Amino acid sequence: MKRYSAWKLFTHALRGHKDWPEAWRAAEPKKHYDVVIVGGGGHGLATAYYLARNHGITNVAVLERGWIGGGNVGRNTTIVRSNYMIDGNTPFYEWSMKLWEGLSHDLNFNVMLSQRGHVMLAHSADQMQAHVRRANTMRAHGIDAEILSRDELRREVPDLDYSDEARFPIHGAIVQRRAGTARHDAVAWGYARAADRLGVDIIEHCEVTGFVEEGGRVTGVETTRGRIGAGAVGMAVAGHTSELARKAGLELPIESHVLQAFVTEGIKPLIDQVIVFGAGHFYISQSDKGGLVFGGDLDGYNSYAQRGNLPVVHNVAEIALAIAPHLSRLRLLRHWGGVMDMTMDGSPIIARTPLDRLYLNGGWCYGGFKATPASGWTFAHTIAHDAPHELNAPFTLDRFREGVQIDEGGSGPVPGHH
Amino acid sequence: MLRIPCPFCGERDHAEFSYGGDARVQRPALDDRSEERWYRYVFLRDNPRGPHREFWQHVGGCRAWLVVERDTGNHEILDVRFAADAMKEAQCE
Amino acid sequence: MSEQRARLARGGRIDRSRICTFTFDGRTYTGCAGDTVASALLANGVHLVGRSFKLHRPRGIVGAGVDEPNALLTLRGGGRTEPNIQATMAELYDGLSAVSQNRWPSLALDALSINGLFSRFMPAGFYYKTFMGPTRGAWMWFEPAIRRAAGLGKAARERDPDRYEREHAFCDVLVVGAGPAGIAAALAAGRAGSRVLLLEQMATAGGALLDERTDSHAERWRSEHLAELEALDNVTLMTRTTVFGVYDGGVTGALERVHDHEPEPPRGQPRQRLWTVRAARTVFAAGSTERPLLFGDNDCPGVMLASAARRYLNHFGVLPGRRVVVHANNDSAYAAAGELRRAGAEVTVVDRREQPAPDVGAALRADSIELISGARVERAHGRHRVRAVTVADARGTRRLDCDLVCVAGGWSPNVHLASHLGHRPVYDARVGAFVPDTLPEGQFAVGTMTGELDDAGAVAVGWRAGLAAAGQTDDERAPAPPATAAASGWVHAHGNGEAPRGGPGKTFVDLQNDVTDRDVALAFREGYRSVEHLKRYTTLGMGTDQGRTSNINGLELMAGLRGQSIPETGTTTFRPPFTPVALGALVGRRTGRHFRPERRTPMHDCHRERGAEFVRAGQWLRPRYYPEHGADVDTAYVAEMRAVREAVGMVDVSTLGKIDVQGPDAPEFLNRVYANGWLKLAVGKARYGAMLRDDGLVFDDGTTSRLAEHRYFMTTTTAEAGPVMSWLEFLLDTAWPDLRVHVTSVSDQWAGVAVAGSSGGHVLAAALDGVDTSDDTLPPMGVRDATTDDGLPVRILRVSFSGERAYEVYTPAGYGAHLWERLMAAGQPHGIEPYGTEALGGLRIEKGHPAGPELDGRTTLDDLGLGRMARPNKPFVGDVLRHRPALESEDRRRLVGLQPVEPGARLRAGALVFPDGAPVEGHGIGHVTSVTWSPTLGHYVALALVAGGPAREGEIVAAASPVHGEHVRVQVVPGVFLDPEGERIHA
Repeated sequence: MKRYSAWKLFTHALRGHKDWPEAWRAAEPKKHYDVVIVGGGGHGLATAYYLARNHGITNVAVLERGWIGGGNVGRNTTIVRSNYMIDGNTPFYEWSMKLWEGLSHDLNFNVMLSQRGHVMLAHSADQMQAHVRRANTMRAHGIDAEILSRDELRREVPDLDYSDEARFPIHGAIVQRRAGTARHDAVAWGYARAADRLGVDIIEHCEVTGFVEEGGRVTGVETTRGRIGAGAVGMAVAGHTSELARKAGLELPIESHVLQAFVTEGIKPLIDQVIVFGAGHFYISQSDKGGLVFGGDLDGYNSYAQRGNLPVVHNVAEIALAIAPHLSRLRLLRHWGGVMDMTMDGSPIIARTPLDRLYLNGGWCYGGFKATPASGWTFAHTIAHDAPHELNAPFTLDRFREGVQIDEGGSGPVPGHH
Repeated sequence: MLRIPCPFCGERDHAEFSYGGDARVQRPALDDRSEERWYRYVFLRDNPRGPHREFWQHVGGCRAWLVVERDTGNHEILDVRFAADAMKEAQCE
Repeated sequence: MSEQRARLARGGRIDRSRICTFTFDGRTYTGCAGDTVASALLANGVHLVGRSFKLHRPRGIVGAGVDEPNALLTLRGGGRTEPNIQATMAELYDGLSAVSQNRWPSLALDALSINGLFSRFMPAGFYYKTFMGPTRGAWMWFEPAIRRAAGLGKAARERDPDRYEREHAFCDVLVVGAGPAGIAAALAAGRAGSRVLLLEQMATAGGALLDERTDSHAERWRSEHLAELEALDNVTLMTRTTVFGVYDGGVTGALERVHDHEPEPPRGQPRQRLWTVRAARTVFAAGSTERPLLFGDNDCPGVMLASAARRYLNHFGVLPGRRVVVHANNDSAYAAAGELRRAGAEVTVVDRREQPAPDVGAALRADSIELISGARVERAHGRHRVRAVTVADARGTRRLDCDLVCVAGGWSPNVHLASHLGHRPVYDARVGAFVPDTLPEGQFAVGTMTGELDDAGAVAVGWRAGLAAAGQTDDERAPAPPATAAASGWVHAHGNGEAPRGGPGKTFVDLQNDVTDRDVALAFREGYRSVEHLKRYTTLGMGTDQGRTSNINGLELMAGLRGQSIPETGTTTFRPPFTPVALGALVGRRTGRHFRPERRTPMHDCHRERGAEFVRAGQWLRPRYYPEHGADVDTAYVAEMRAVREAVGMVDVSTLGKIDVQGPDAPEFLNRVYANGWLKLAVGKARYGAMLRDDGLVFDDGTTSRLAEHRYFMTTTTAEAGPVMSWLEFLLDTAWPDLRVHVTSVSDQWAGVAVAGSSGGHVLAAALDGVDTSDDTLPPMGVRDATTDDGLPVRILRVSFSGERAYEVYTPAGYGAHLWERLMAAGQPHGIEPYGTEALGGLRIEKGHPAGPELDGRTTLDDLGLGRMARPNKPFVGDVLRHRPALESEDRRRLVGLQPVEPGARLRAGALVFPDGAPVEGHGIGHVTSVTWSPTLGHYVALALVAGGPAREGEIVAAASPVHGEHVRVQVVPGVFLDPEGERIHA
């Protein structure tokens, strides 16, 4: 295993880059693992990495039915932030943010965390007030948050439409400066490489077709590459959690919905921060390659098709021009869809299941990418200890039965509205 | 664009409709005091990949609630009927 | 001004009589009407047009259409600046200005071309391996330089002066692409009587036929059949219209470039028009794209696709080179060789096959063209334009001088649109290419897009698809195919069966993203072997050209490295749009004030004339305060509150949701949807109601009055008007179809004014025609219909949100402004003042009524102190789940009042509540939801949700707002600050 560094890059260049090793081995499945993680996305790979790194559990396999990082970790709009207001969410996402801040070093893989700031606009005095509670909650948790007036914002983000003629004039914003973006694919690859280095087997093109149970306890999985025994099984297949969990007889408070993402042609730097519209769902940032990356609402109906339809395309374009009219001639290069697990309160599930030694990580709604490090961290803890970490203790499967809804948006049990 | 053939108005863009979610979950009777049944109705979803019976309301048209059967894998619309009729049929079954 | 020295004296479809003057990088050139910027530059001998993305290598024109990877220019200027426009798609007009991109200080002398020297340190994905030190935030230090170097052109920072339109089209048969197969399909369906829409992305219909000479049989076929299409009333042909996406339900999106070929759109005309086409059936005839061949330094300007060279020669009348090497692995380049030769160029053909087709040798000899078979171009030479190539065969290498290299590596069907709905293309070994998979019912793919290269076949298949799409069976009147110069028979793209490989120097697989064969090899070595990993790791195919010329070569390289077949290696997914679409076109007219319709109340003009400051409440505009009452919002709303408390005020409440509930079972219906009881409400009385969601949390509240035995008038909050209506309809349609109840939204039918204050009754009495407003005839919660003295019908509800004697007066919306003015006049003697949402909020906070900040979708009836409303002896929506354990927990946050210990202290909504003396850490024990200054009490008052709620009354706690740097000691008090006995409503 070779470490990556500028010096290594230099010396390898002199040898024509001919002896870089594989970033991760194409492992063959063994008969039995201490832990099998189903799903080679960001969360599954992070879980495997932290199982090995934090808990010394290295006899671990990550099973991926396609190629690793092919789900939502490779389809999202790359935003990383921890500006959550509701109990349960705030400390969890802040821990994730802290892990992000050291992630490139920890993984020895540049995930290009770019803390360019996250600006959530307010379009009325009432919205400014609503931002105050969020900002106060963040500050009381030691998270950076600022409320900027329109004039202060204008100095920092000059290119928006500040005119009174705007349909939703800008009053100000809540800003988290430590927030920003990260290179999404690099997160999957970086975790894969680092997990592989610690002995984790990453097995692509291996689909789980069923669970092996003995006396109320999971002892393995059936796969397209044969039966694999497991001391514990963790599911991390957000988007398709219901389909997988059904094989274990679980019924979940989850619907699958399509969320579209969009990228424009590449241009020289135009938008520095992540900008979020306040009078509708829309967020935009510029990638290092130069494309503007943006997204908006769900398409609004259950779907497993990784593509969306025109109404949302129109809608996001309208909002983009509402806040930045000068983008009018810029061209949309691609739009695509990802399948989101939408829960009944908009918050995830990282928990034990009714089946012994089977664990569930899913229900990420919109929030999966930014949560990747903390999700892996706490899921690994939950599996290693057969008990939740303090940070994911609220994200149980049973909370709805008990009357606990971690509802950041106050939208109620309507998954498509979160 | 999904094109939903509303039984009253004809085929229309789905943008004219609002989505009401799974239509197979059985709403308990109003006087049913079972917390478990209400919990299952409100929170648990089958969420299949494939045919899915779901509610849509034609808010931009006749405002009728409809039960649409649609494949969640490819968005193909398989059947549409008025919810009132579909609920009666379901009761008869 | 230079001359068009590469322009032929005759031939082509350009208009030599109309000269267009244009500038490129500040230098002036001329071209002809009908040129593209690319053809005009080539006519002037300009081949160097850009610098590459990463290595800043000189780049020229490769293609002649949407496949162009290199020639990306910035057109126009100011608010019309358009970066990254393919020169091959930009039509020339007089006065056009174009500049090259990604170079400094100039195209010829680009400082960052130094990147080329360091390219070995910048292989694919190099950034993942470095920039991690020395500190944790190191990347943030390197990133700005990388961001500046990346990107392509510069976008405008000014507003776009042009307008766009969104239009809708409906047809029986949509045909995408007006090449031979598309024309045949449109003709078949058109003759059968279908409504046909034929969309063509280029300015001229004809597709690959435009590569043919204007004196050919192919051209006659084109013009005759287009003329017949034009004569059919049921067929519409639109050029300059690109189908960019295929969506569900037979819907496609198309972009019409209405005036992009002119300096600016005529006044009132759109620049572009975005079409949403709803077609019963769709025929894709999207053609195919020629593949480049790989060799060293294949990115040198002057290396061009053979089909593009033919297009420049035969369509634009431009001879793009005088000494030409045609490099081919199939027969399709021979037409180009012969035509270039006959146009005056010296031509050498280097064919990778040992045995080219037997009859071409004779034809070449007749044209004095040298053929070197069984040979390959190893490397191109030249900096800003190709000067020579090294050719290698079994005998060795030799150098051929040239100024143009035409490459012909076979064809890739344009399968993109046919795969937008998730149907992955499949590899057809017979044609050596990916072709559309079996398409769903109602979709057809025809022509070279399916791998069919034979013209006769393309026309026949197109014809049959057109007939099928029109619902007809076979018809004998199929048009004879055009006899084009294209060699018949599809030849395997890499006829030698060899895997592509690079040569000495740099071999570019993806020209736009500077991806080389070595990058592909590195990706393989490092394990990024699935096609998606290859794409993401190297950025292969992720440019604005979507990898049209690069994907297949990259894929074949990877398949070779993996020792697998191409189908085993797979292909990536094609995403819409097919070609980039301006955001402005997607938006159409929904920009500026037209973005989301603004909702105004019927009294809007009255407020505007008084100078009201408006607030946006959802889509509504509502008066926030009236500046006549104070210099700023804080003084004005306090004055407005004082007017209500001390005399009388009036406020526009038209935005409330209003629902007419009718039917014999209406009382039972209300009794089910509201938590409180409704069976005993008398006719002529109103009642406050709260409704829950199924999960037991509070959904909405409002007053509902009984107008008659079977008729009720429900009001909802402004925000939930739509959702409540849909919810009631849902329950009636699905849960309780047996209830004889109809609900009708009348929100837009009624305007409403609330008159509040002790002299409110006098104001009303003065405006009404002999109506007694005393407690006897219109007691609190009384309802009655009446008429104003000037004849307006009104409905009066004696309900109070402010705690004062108050009336809500409703009138049909068209009379709203009149009612407002009438009440205002009637109130003059009593000192009536209008008030806005700030005072409205302040008044209800003093009375402890929950509103939006408290009804936030997370609170229960008990949280809001409304638990007693719920009737224990009747079932209602939400009653079961509201008893879930956590919702009944003692430490839930419940509504209380807060008042400052120091009377002068300011309270803030959004402040967090902590125990007195506790550190400001975590979520605290509560939060402040609403705050107002109370003019009556002379200090701030607040509503808050605090753990334990009323049990804490009397306790001192702290309200902290770290963002304001404020920490205020407050006392927990009952939520009703004013007149807890409710005596003022009788005042």
